[in-house]
Amino acid sequence: MIVRIMGEGQVQLDDSHFGELNKLDDELLAEMENGDGPGFRVTLTALLDKVRELGTALPDDALEPSELILPSPDASLDEVRDMLSDDGLIPG
Amino acid sequence: MSGVMKRMGMVFRAKANKALDRAEDPRETLDYSYQKQLELLQKVRRGVADVATSRKRLELQLNQLQNNSSKLEDQGRKALALGREDLAREALSRRAALQQQVTDLETQHQTLQGEEEKLTLAAQRLQAKVDAFRTKKETIKATYTAAQAQTRIGEAFSGISEEMGDVGLAIQRAEDKTAQLQARAGAIDELMASGALDDPSGMAKDDIQAELDALSGGSDVELELQRMKAELSGGSAGSQQAIEPGGKGESEQPSAQPTDTPRFDKP
Repeated sequence: MIVRIMGEGQVQLDDSHFGELNKLDDELLAEMENGDGPGFRVTLTALLDKVRELGTALPDDALEPSELILPSPDASLDEVRDMLSDDGLIPG
Repeated sequence: MSGVMKRMGMVFRAKANKALDRAEDPRETLDYSYQKQLELLQKVRRGVADVATSRKRLELQLNQLQNNSSKLEDQGRKALALGREDLAREALSRRAALQQQVTDLETQHQTLQGEEEKLTLAAQRLQAKVDAFRTKKETIKATYTAAQAQTRIGEAFSGISEEMGDVGLAIQRAEDKTAQLQARAGAIDELMASGALDDPSGMAKDDIQAELDALSGGSDVELELQRMKAELSGGSAGSQQAIEPGGKGESEQPSAQPTDTPRFDKP
């Protein structure tokens, strides 16, 4: 599966890693919903590191649609929350 | 997969859908295709009409030939009645030549008729197909299935369309945002180092904060004492419940606003 880290690029991941990543991802979601800023930061960094470690980066000129998207490493909890709300950062 | 990754993917895909919907209206494509089909149908129908015209012309020619043929037959009979066997022979031989032509024309007529039937059938089938397409087209237009299919193709082309519909704008914005965030992060670091800004996480406590915490802790003790006294004297202790110790360093933190939190159904 192809995962995009916003502002960074795409990473090709083997499906077998998703169990591991899912745990962090769910944790991140819970922290976002609870407004746990510090926890969000720690988990996001851990998740991004894991994705980079387990995956292979795709070349910048690759044309592949991403199936999963992760916020940029410096995204704040509020920004991610905004992105997931209806209007988001990108006007639809 | 149901966490942030999946949700962001869904949101961006929905946005890319919208952006591409604007870029190329699938309904227009469908209408254009339908128009093309109608034109094709028109051509087939014109073909049928042409064949039918030729067939009619052949029929007229056949009638004429048959008239001539029967005229010659009459002439032969009359000549024979008048005892002119030579004339009768001439008339009959001309008639035989005409008969040959008639047979040829009849074969041609049959071929044309077969052709016409085939074309008519084809036109009817095409008509049915075009009708079916029109119905389907309306359904597709209503459900936007085509828009989604086009998005998949569009995504593959643009590569980052899931992040934003307009690629150029996407890069621009990403760069702006990065610069802005970097600038802000730098500014916040400086402010926190100078003590002008509290660390919202409450992790790092400077001595002033510690002092303040101690002070507020002290007032909490006073409040607690008052509460206990009130309890002992039989007063309504429940109403004091609202005054709870709050100085745990978390009061500064932006509170989560549950009403603003987007609700998504976990798939």
